[in-house]
Amino acid sequence: MFPYLRLGPFLLQMPLLALLVGLWIGLTFIEREAARLNLNKEKISSLVFYGLIGGIAAARIAYAAQYASVYLSNPFSLLSLNTNTLLPEAGLLFGILIAVIYAYRQKLPFRKTLDALAPGLAFFMIMIGVSHLLSGNAYGAPTRVPWAVYLWSDYRQPTQIYEIFFALVIFTIILPHIIPATAPGLRFVQFIALSAIARIFIEAFHGDSVILFDGYRAVQVVGLAILVVCLALLRNWEGKDEYESKIG
Amino acid sequence: MNNSRFASLLTWALVLGMFWTVVSRVSPDQSQVQTGSVPKEGFTAPDFTLGLLDGGEVTLSELQGKVVLVNFWTSWCPPCRKEMPAIESVYRSYKDIGLVVIGLNLTAQDSKPDVSAFVQEMGVTFPIALDINNAVGNLYRVTALPTSFFIDRKGVIRSVIVGGPMSEAVIQSKVEELLREDQ
Repeated sequence: MFPYLRLGPFLLQMPLLALLVGLWIGLTFIEREAARLNLNKEKISSLVFYGLIGGIAAARIAYAAQYASVYLSNPFSLLSLNTNTLLPEAGLLFGILIAVIYAYRQKLPFRKTLDALAPGLAFFMIMIGVSHLLSGNAYGAPTRVPWAVYLWSDYRQPTQIYEIFFALVIFTIILPHIIPATAPGLRFVQFIALSAIARIFIEAFHGDSVILFDGYRAVQVVGLAILVVCLALLRNWEGKDEYESKIG
Repeated sequence: MNNSRFASLLTWALVLGMFWTVVSRVSPDQSQVQTGSVPKEGFTAPDFTLGLLDGGEVTLSELQGKVVLVNFWTSWCPPCRKEMPAIESVYRSYKDIGLVVIGLNLTAQDSKPDVSAFVQEMGVTFPIALDINNAVGNLYRVTALPTSFFIDRKGVIRSVIVGGPMSEAVIQSKVEELLREDQ
Protein backbone atom coordinates (compact mmCIF):
# COMPACT_ATOMS: atom_id res chain seq x y z
CA MET A 1 0.00 0.00 0.00
CA PHE A 2 1.41 3.35 -1.05
CA PRO A 3 -1.45 5.86 -1.20
CA TYR A 4 0.36 9.20 -1.22
CA LEU A 5 3.65 10.69 -2.34
CA ARG A 6 4.63 14.16 -1.21
CA LEU A 7 6.65 16.16 -3.73
CA GLY A 8 7.44 19.49 -2.07
CA PRO A 9 4.14 21.32 -1.70
CA PHE A 10 2.29 18.78 -3.84
CA LEU A 11 0.56 15.67 -2.56
CA LEU A 12 0.39 13.03 -5.28
CA GLN A 13 -2.45 10.56 -4.88
CA MET A 14 -0.78 7.40 -6.20
CA PRO A 15 -4.02 5.43 -6.86
CA LEU A 16 -5.28 8.32 -8.99
CA LEU A 17 -1.93 8.49 -10.76
CA ALA A 18 -2.20 4.76 -11.59
CA LEU A 19 -5.61 5.39 -13.16
CA LEU A 20 -4.23 8.31 -15.20
CA VAL A 21 -1.36 6.14 -16.45
CA GLY A 22 -3.92 3.44 -17.30
CA LEU A 23 -5.97 5.96 -19.23
CA TRP A 24 -2.98 7.31 -21.14
CA ILE A 25 -1.53 3.92 -22.14
CA GLY A 26 -5.04 2.50 -22.67
CA LEU A 27 -5.78 5.31 -25.12
CA THR A 28 -2.63 4.40 -27.06
CA PHE A 29 -3.90 0.82 -27.43
CA ILE A 30 -7.34 2.14 -28.46
CA GLU A 31 -5.83 4.37 -31.18
CA ARG A 32 -3.68 1.52 -32.46
CA GLU A 33 -6.67 -0.83 -32.64
CA ALA A 34 -8.80 1.90 -34.29
CA ALA A 35 -6.16 2.29 -37.03
CA ARG A 36 -6.06 -1.51 -37.51
CA LEU A 37 -9.85 -1.56 -37.91
CA ASN A 38 -9.69 1.32 -40.44
CA LEU A 39 -11.53 3.66 -38.09
CA ASN A 40 -10.80 7.37 -37.71
CA LYS A 41 -8.55 7.28 -34.64
CA GLU A 42 -8.99 11.00 -33.90
CA LYS A 43 -12.74 10.47 -33.66
CA ILE A 44 -12.27 7.43 -31.41
CA SER A 45 -9.95 9.45 -29.13
CA SER A 46 -12.54 12.24 -29.01
CA LEU A 47 -15.21 9.70 -28.10
CA VAL A 48 -13.13 8.56 -25.12
CA PHE A 49 -12.37 12.17 -24.16
CA TYR A 50 -16.01 13.34 -24.29
CA GLY A 51 -17.20 10.23 -22.47
CA LEU A 52 -14.63 10.81 -19.75
CA ILE A 53 -15.24 14.54 -19.29
CA GLY A 54 -19.00 14.05 -19.46
CA GLY A 55 -18.80 11.19 -16.98
CA ILE A 56 -16.75 13.19 -14.46
CA ALA A 57 -19.07 16.21 -14.79
CA ALA A 58 -22.16 14.01 -14.36
CA ALA A 59 -20.62 12.27 -11.33
CA ARG A 60 -20.05 15.66 -9.65
CA ILE A 61 -23.49 17.07 -10.59
CA ALA A 62 -25.24 13.89 -9.38
CA TYR A 63 -23.37 14.11 -6.05
CA ALA A 64 -24.18 17.82 -5.71
CA ALA A 65 -27.86 17.18 -6.53
CA GLN A 66 -28.12 15.21 -3.29
CA TYR A 67 -27.09 18.34 -1.39
CA ALA A 68 -28.71 20.89 -3.69
CA SER A 69 -29.04 23.68 -1.12
CA VAL A 70 -25.35 23.40 -0.19
CA TYR A 71 -24.08 23.58 -3.79
CA LEU A 72 -26.63 26.21 -4.92
CA SER A 73 -25.29 28.59 -2.29
CA ASN A 74 -21.70 27.79 -3.31
CA PRO A 75 -21.77 26.76 -7.02
CA PHE A 76 -17.99 27.11 -7.52
CA SER A 77 -17.55 24.03 -5.31
CA LEU A 78 -18.78 22.03 -8.30
CA LEU A 79 -15.30 22.63 -9.76
CA SER A 80 -13.49 21.17 -6.74
CA LEU A 81 -10.67 18.66 -7.45
CA ASN A 82 -11.84 16.54 -4.52
CA THR A 83 -12.51 12.97 -5.70
CA ASN A 84 -14.60 12.24 -2.59
CA THR A 85 -17.48 14.29 -3.93
CA LEU A 86 -18.32 12.23 -7.01
CA LEU A 87 -21.10 9.69 -7.59
CA PRO A 88 -19.28 7.06 -9.72
CA GLU A 89 -22.39 5.10 -10.80
CA ALA A 90 -23.97 8.23 -12.31
CA GLY A 91 -20.64 9.12 -13.92
CA LEU A 92 -20.34 5.71 -15.58
CA LEU A 93 -23.91 5.78 -16.87
CA PHE A 94 -23.74 9.32 -18.30
CA GLY A 95 -20.19 8.83 -19.61
CA ILE A 96 -21.39 5.85 -21.68
CA LEU A 97 -24.48 7.78 -22.79
CA ILE A 98 -22.41 10.76 -23.95
CA ALA A 99 -19.97 8.45 -25.81
CA VAL A 100 -22.90 6.70 -27.52
CA ILE A 101 -24.44 10.05 -28.57
CA TYR A 102 -21.06 11.21 -29.93
CA ALA A 103 -20.59 7.94 -31.86
CA TYR A 104 -24.10 8.27 -33.32
CA ARG A 105 -23.61 11.90 -34.36
CA GLN A 106 -20.21 11.13 -35.93
CA LYS A 107 -21.72 8.08 -37.67
CA LEU A 108 -19.08 5.77 -36.18
CA PRO A 109 -19.81 2.07 -36.83
CA PHE A 110 -21.11 0.95 -33.44
CA ARG A 111 -19.75 -2.60 -33.20
CA LYS A 112 -16.36 -1.86 -34.75
CA THR A 113 -15.98 1.10 -32.38
CA LEU A 114 -16.60 -1.23 -29.42
CA ASP A 115 -13.89 -3.56 -30.77
CA ALA A 116 -11.44 -0.66 -30.96
CA LEU A 117 -12.06 0.11 -27.27
CA ALA A 118 -11.47 -3.48 -26.05
CA PRO A 119 -7.62 -3.61 -25.74
CA GLY A 120 -7.47 -0.17 -24.09
CA LEU A 121 -10.17 -1.08 -21.59
CA ALA A 122 -8.40 -4.39 -20.89
CA PHE A 123 -5.22 -2.46 -20.04
CA PHE A 124 -7.18 0.03 -17.92
CA MET A 125 -8.55 -2.89 -15.86
CA ILE A 126 -4.97 -3.84 -14.93
CA MET A 127 -4.37 -0.31 -13.68
CA ILE A 128 -7.62 -0.35 -11.68
CA GLY A 129 -6.15 -3.36 -9.86
CA VAL A 130 -2.87 -1.47 -9.33
CA SER A 131 -4.86 1.50 -8.03
CA HIS A 132 -6.64 -0.77 -5.52
CA LEU A 133 -3.29 -2.25 -4.47
CA LEU A 134 -1.88 1.24 -3.81
CA SER A 135 -4.94 2.49 -1.91
CA GLY A 136 -5.75 -0.73 -0.03
CA ASN A 137 -9.34 -0.53 -1.34
CA ALA A 138 -11.29 -3.55 -2.64
CA TYR A 139 -9.66 -5.54 0.16
CA GLY A 140 -10.08 -9.24 0.83
CA ALA A 141 -11.86 -11.14 3.58
CA PRO A 142 -9.88 -12.21 6.64
CA THR A 143 -8.18 -15.57 6.02
CA ARG A 144 -5.35 -17.80 7.23
CA VAL A 145 -4.15 -19.03 3.81
CA PRO A 146 -0.31 -19.01 3.53
CA TRP A 147 -0.38 -16.27 0.85
CA ALA A 148 -2.55 -13.92 2.94
CA VAL A 149 -1.41 -10.29 3.20
CA TYR A 150 -1.54 -8.21 6.38
CA LEU A 151 -3.83 -5.29 5.66
CA TRP A 152 -6.22 -3.22 7.78
CA SER A 153 -5.26 -5.01 11.02
CA ASP A 154 -5.86 -8.56 9.75
CA TYR A 155 -4.49 -11.25 7.45
CA ARG A 156 -6.60 -11.00 4.29
CA GLN A 157 -7.05 -12.54 0.86
CA PRO A 158 -4.82 -10.55 -1.55
CA THR A 159 -7.81 -9.67 -3.76
CA GLN A 160 -5.97 -6.76 -5.39
CA ILE A 161 -3.27 -9.19 -6.59
CA TYR A 162 -5.94 -11.58 -7.93
CA GLU A 163 -7.51 -8.60 -9.70
CA ILE A 164 -4.23 -7.63 -11.39
CA PHE A 165 -3.44 -11.24 -12.31
CA PHE A 166 -6.80 -11.88 -14.01
CA ALA A 167 -6.74 -8.49 -15.75
CA LEU A 168 -3.26 -9.33 -17.12
CA VAL A 169 -4.50 -12.70 -18.38
CA ILE A 170 -7.51 -11.04 -20.09
CA PHE A 171 -5.26 -8.36 -21.62
CA THR A 172 -2.91 -11.00 -23.06
CA ILE A 173 -5.92 -12.81 -24.56
CA ILE A 174 -7.58 -9.68 -26.01
CA LEU A 175 -4.55 -7.76 -27.33
CA PRO A 176 -3.06 -10.40 -29.67
CA HIS A 177 -6.54 -11.69 -30.73
CA ILE A 178 -6.04 -15.18 -29.31
CA ILE A 179 -9.76 -15.90 -29.75
CA PRO A 180 -10.75 -14.99 -33.34
CA ALA A 181 -13.71 -12.65 -33.74
CA THR A 182 -15.87 -13.62 -36.73
CA ALA A 183 -17.98 -10.45 -36.69
CA PRO A 184 -17.70 -6.84 -35.57
CA GLY A 185 -18.34 -6.33 -31.87
CA LEU A 186 -17.32 -9.83 -30.79
CA ARG A 187 -13.87 -8.78 -29.56
CA PHE A 188 -15.59 -6.37 -27.15
CA VAL A 189 -18.06 -9.07 -26.07
CA GLN A 190 -15.11 -11.40 -25.38
CA PHE A 191 -13.49 -8.75 -23.18
CA ILE A 192 -16.68 -8.04 -21.24
CA ALA A 193 -17.47 -11.76 -20.78
CA LEU A 194 -13.96 -12.63 -19.56
CA SER A 195 -13.98 -9.66 -17.19
CA ALA A 196 -17.39 -10.74 -15.81
CA ILE A 197 -16.08 -14.30 -15.21
CA ALA A 198 -13.06 -12.88 -13.35
CA ARG A 199 -15.26 -10.61 -11.21
CA ILE A 200 -17.65 -13.45 -10.31
CA PHE A 201 -14.70 -15.57 -9.19
CA ILE A 202 -12.71 -12.91 -7.29
CA GLU A 203 -15.71 -11.34 -5.54
CA ALA A 204 -16.08 -14.45 -3.37
CA PHE A 205 -12.80 -13.51 -1.64
CA HIS A 206 -13.71 -9.88 -0.99
CA GLY A 207 -14.20 -8.51 2.50
CA ASP A 208 -16.12 -5.43 1.41
CA SER A 209 -18.84 -6.89 -0.84
CA VAL A 210 -22.18 -5.16 -1.17
CA ILE A 211 -24.73 -7.78 -0.10
CA LEU A 212 -28.11 -8.16 -1.73
CA PHE A 213 -30.95 -10.40 -0.50
CA ASP A 214 -30.17 -13.66 1.28
CA GLY A 215 -26.40 -13.11 1.41
CA TYR A 216 -25.84 -12.87 -2.37
CA ARG A 217 -23.00 -10.57 -3.43
CA ALA A 218 -24.16 -7.77 -5.75
CA VAL A 219 -21.10 -7.93 -8.03
CA GLN A 220 -21.59 -11.66 -8.66
CA VAL A 221 -25.28 -11.24 -9.48
CA VAL A 222 -24.51 -8.37 -11.89
CA GLY A 223 -21.64 -10.44 -13.37
CA LEU A 224 -24.01 -13.36 -14.08
CA ALA A 225 -26.50 -11.00 -15.76
CA ILE A 226 -23.67 -9.59 -17.92
CA LEU A 227 -22.65 -13.14 -18.90
CA VAL A 228 -26.21 -13.88 -20.05
CA VAL A 229 -26.22 -10.68 -22.17
CA CYS A 230 -22.81 -11.59 -23.62
CA LEU A 231 -24.04 -15.06 -24.60
CA ALA A 232 -27.06 -13.52 -26.34
CA LEU A 233 -24.87 -10.99 -28.17
CA LEU A 234 -22.39 -13.70 -29.16
CA ARG A 235 -25.17 -15.72 -30.80
CA ASN A 236 -26.79 -12.67 -32.43
CA TRP A 237 -23.66 -11.01 -33.73
CA GLU A 238 -21.76 -14.08 -34.86
CA GLY A 239 -20.96 -13.80 -38.56
CA LYS A 240 -20.66 -16.65 -40.97
CA ASP A 241 -17.72 -15.13 -42.85
CA GLU A 242 -14.22 -14.64 -41.51
CA TYR A 243 -14.30 -11.02 -40.32
CA GLU A 244 -10.73 -11.16 -38.98
CA SER A 245 -9.29 -12.21 -42.36
CA LYS A 246 -11.18 -9.37 -44.08
CA ILE A 247 -9.64 -6.64 -41.97
CA GLY A 248 -6.22 -8.27 -42.12
CA MET B 1 -10.48 -21.45 -30.18
CA ASN B 2 -13.33 -20.35 -32.44
CA ASN B 3 -16.43 -18.41 -31.45
CA SER B 4 -18.74 -21.38 -31.03
CA ARG B 5 -16.22 -22.96 -28.64
CA PHE B 6 -16.00 -19.64 -26.83
CA ALA B 7 -19.81 -19.60 -26.59
CA SER B 8 -19.85 -23.08 -25.04
CA LEU B 9 -17.08 -22.01 -22.66
CA LEU B 10 -19.26 -19.05 -21.65
CA THR B 11 -22.25 -21.33 -21.10
CA TRP B 12 -20.15 -23.50 -18.79
CA ALA B 13 -18.82 -20.38 -17.07
CA LEU B 14 -22.40 -19.23 -16.52
CA VAL B 15 -23.40 -22.54 -14.92
CA LEU B 16 -20.26 -22.69 -12.76
CA GLY B 17 -20.66 -18.98 -11.95
CA MET B 18 -24.19 -19.60 -10.64
CA PHE B 19 -22.90 -22.46 -8.50
CA TRP B 20 -19.98 -20.32 -7.24
CA THR B 21 -22.34 -17.41 -6.47
CA VAL B 22 -24.53 -19.68 -4.36
CA VAL B 23 -21.67 -21.36 -2.46
CA SER B 24 -19.88 -18.05 -1.81
CA ARG B 25 -22.95 -16.38 -0.34
CA VAL B 26 -22.29 -14.48 2.86
CA SER B 27 -23.79 -16.34 5.78
CA PRO B 28 -25.21 -14.36 8.71
CA ASP B 29 -22.28 -15.35 10.98
CA GLN B 30 -19.83 -14.16 8.32
CA SER B 31 -21.20 -10.64 7.86
CA GLN B 32 -19.30 -8.01 5.90
CA VAL B 33 -19.43 -5.51 8.79
CA GLN B 34 -15.79 -4.66 9.48
CA THR B 35 -14.40 -5.48 12.88
CA GLY B 36 -11.43 -3.80 14.49
CA SER B 37 -10.39 -0.19 14.71
CA VAL B 38 -8.61 0.95 11.59
CA PRO B 39 -8.33 4.46 10.08
CA LYS B 40 -10.20 3.40 6.93
CA GLU B 41 -13.71 3.90 5.55
CA GLY B 42 -16.04 1.18 6.83
CA PHE B 43 -14.09 0.44 10.02
CA THR B 44 -14.62 1.67 13.58
CA ALA B 45 -12.57 4.81 14.23
CA PRO B 46 -9.62 4.06 16.56
CA ASP B 47 -10.32 5.46 20.00
CA PHE B 48 -8.19 8.13 21.66
CA THR B 49 -8.16 10.44 24.64
CA LEU B 50 -6.34 13.77 24.34
CA GLY B 51 -5.95 16.93 26.39
CA LEU B 52 -7.64 20.07 25.04
CA LEU B 53 -6.04 23.46 24.44
CA ASP B 54 -8.52 25.10 26.83
CA GLY B 55 -8.11 22.39 29.47
CA GLY B 56 -10.04 19.17 29.96
CA GLU B 57 -9.98 16.07 27.78
CA VAL B 58 -11.83 14.57 24.86
CA THR B 59 -12.40 10.84 24.32
CA LEU B 60 -13.65 9.84 20.89
CA SER B 61 -15.65 6.78 22.04
CA GLU B 62 -17.68 8.99 24.39
CA LEU B 63 -19.01 10.89 21.37
CA GLN B 64 -20.96 7.92 19.95
CA GLY B 65 -24.45 9.03 18.92
CA LYS B 66 -23.01 12.21 17.38
CA VAL B 67 -21.49 12.87 13.97
CA VAL B 68 -17.80 13.64 14.45
CA LEU B 69 -15.34 15.41 12.18
CA VAL B 70 -11.73 14.84 13.23
CA ASN B 71 -9.48 17.28 11.40
CA PHE B 72 -5.70 16.76 11.70
CA TRP B 73 -3.84 20.05 11.28
CA THR B 74 -0.86 22.21 12.20
CA SER B 75 -0.60 26.00 12.30
CA TRP B 76 2.23 26.09 9.72
CA CYS B 77 0.37 24.09 7.07
CA PRO B 78 -1.13 26.50 4.46
CA PRO B 79 -4.11 24.32 3.35
CA CYS B 80 -4.95 23.64 7.04
CA ARG B 81 -5.08 27.41 7.66
CA LYS B 82 -7.15 27.96 4.55
CA GLU B 83 -9.84 25.38 5.36
CA MET B 84 -10.20 26.30 9.04
CA PRO B 85 -12.81 29.09 8.49
CA ALA B 86 -14.95 26.67 6.44
CA ILE B 87 -14.80 24.04 9.21
CA GLU B 88 -15.68 26.68 11.80
CA SER B 89 -18.64 27.90 9.74
CA VAL B 90 -20.02 24.34 9.29
CA TYR B 91 -19.49 23.65 13.01
CA ARG B 92 -21.52 26.72 13.97
CA SER B 93 -24.33 25.75 11.59
CA TYR B 94 -24.65 22.12 12.68
CA LYS B 95 -23.40 21.84 16.26
CA ASP B 96 -26.92 22.10 17.67
CA ILE B 97 -28.16 19.15 15.62
CA GLY B 98 -25.43 16.70 16.55
CA LEU B 99 -22.13 17.68 14.93
CA VAL B 100 -18.91 17.57 16.94
CA VAL B 101 -15.65 18.83 15.43
CA ILE B 102 -12.29 17.94 16.95
CA GLY B 103 -9.43 20.03 15.59
CA LEU B 104 -6.62 17.59 16.24
CA ASN B 105 -3.38 19.53 16.28
CA LEU B 106 -0.21 17.52 15.70
CA THR B 107 1.55 19.42 18.45
CA ALA B 108 4.70 17.31 18.14
CA GLN B 109 5.22 19.12 14.82
CA ASP B 110 3.89 22.48 16.04
CA SER B 111 4.17 24.69 19.12
CA LYS B 112 1.49 25.42 21.69
CA PRO B 113 1.90 29.25 21.51
CA ASP B 114 1.53 29.13 17.71
CA VAL B 115 -1.57 26.96 18.07
CA SER B 116 -3.13 29.36 20.59
CA ALA B 117 -2.35 32.40 18.42
CA PHE B 118 -3.80 30.74 15.34
CA VAL B 119 -6.99 29.63 17.12
CA GLN B 120 -7.52 33.19 18.41
CA GLU B 121 -6.78 34.74 15.04
CA MET B 122 -9.30 32.45 13.28
CA GLY B 123 -11.94 32.68 16.03
CA VAL B 124 -12.15 28.89 16.28
CA THR B 125 -14.82 27.78 18.77
CA PHE B 126 -14.66 23.98 18.41
CA PRO B 127 -12.39 21.94 20.72
CA ILE B 128 -8.69 21.77 19.80
CA ALA B 129 -7.04 18.53 20.95
CA LEU B 130 -3.27 18.45 21.37
CA ASP B 131 -1.40 15.37 20.12
CA ILE B 132 1.81 16.12 21.99
CA ASN B 133 3.72 12.93 21.10
CA ASN B 134 2.11 12.21 17.69
CA ALA B 135 0.51 9.04 19.10
CA VAL B 136 -2.91 9.72 17.54
CA GLY B 137 -1.32 10.91 14.29
CA ASN B 138 0.49 7.57 14.09
CA LEU B 139 -2.65 5.65 15.12
CA TYR B 140 -4.56 7.30 12.26
CA ARG B 141 -1.57 6.89 9.88
CA VAL B 142 -1.62 10.58 9.00
CA THR B 143 0.94 11.05 6.25
CA ALA B 144 -0.27 14.36 4.85
CA LEU B 145 -1.86 17.51 6.23
CA PRO B 146 -4.66 18.31 6.51
CA THR B 147 -6.47 15.00 6.83
CA SER B 148 -10.12 14.79 7.83
CA PHE B 149 -12.12 11.81 9.08
CA PHE B 150 -15.92 11.94 8.97
CA ILE B 151 -17.31 9.54 11.59
CA ASP B 152 -20.96 8.50 11.82
CA ARG B 153 -23.13 8.17 14.92
CA LYS B 154 -22.06 4.54 15.39
CA GLY B 155 -18.38 5.48 15.48
CA VAL B 156 -17.65 4.16 11.96
CA ILE B 157 -15.38 6.14 9.62
CA ARG B 158 -17.44 6.98 6.54
CA SER B 159 -15.17 9.29 4.62
CA VAL B 160 -11.50 10.26 4.69
CA ILE B 161 -10.27 13.36 2.90
CA VAL B 162 -6.50 13.67 2.59
CA GLY B 163 -5.11 17.03 1.54
CA GLY B 164 -6.95 20.26 1.23
CA PRO B 165 -8.25 22.82 1.56
CA MET B 166 -11.77 21.40 1.68
CA SER B 167 -14.45 23.82 0.56
CA GLU B 168 -17.38 24.58 2.83
CA ALA B 169 -19.69 22.75 0.41
CA VAL B 170 -17.57 19.57 0.62
CA ILE B 171 -17.61 19.62 4.43
CA GLN B 172 -21.31 20.45 4.55
CA SER B 173 -22.28 17.66 2.14
CA LYS B 174 -20.28 15.06 4.08
CA VAL B 175 -21.73 16.21 7.41
CA GLU B 176 -25.31 16.43 6.10
CA GLU B 177 -25.06 12.88 4.69
CA LEU B 178 -24.26 11.53 8.16
CA LEU B 179 -26.66 13.76 10.06
CA ARG B 180 -29.56 12.59 7.84
CA GLU B 181 -29.04 9.01 8.96
CA ASP B 182 -31.16 7.72 11.83
CA GLN B 183 -29.59 7.41 15.24
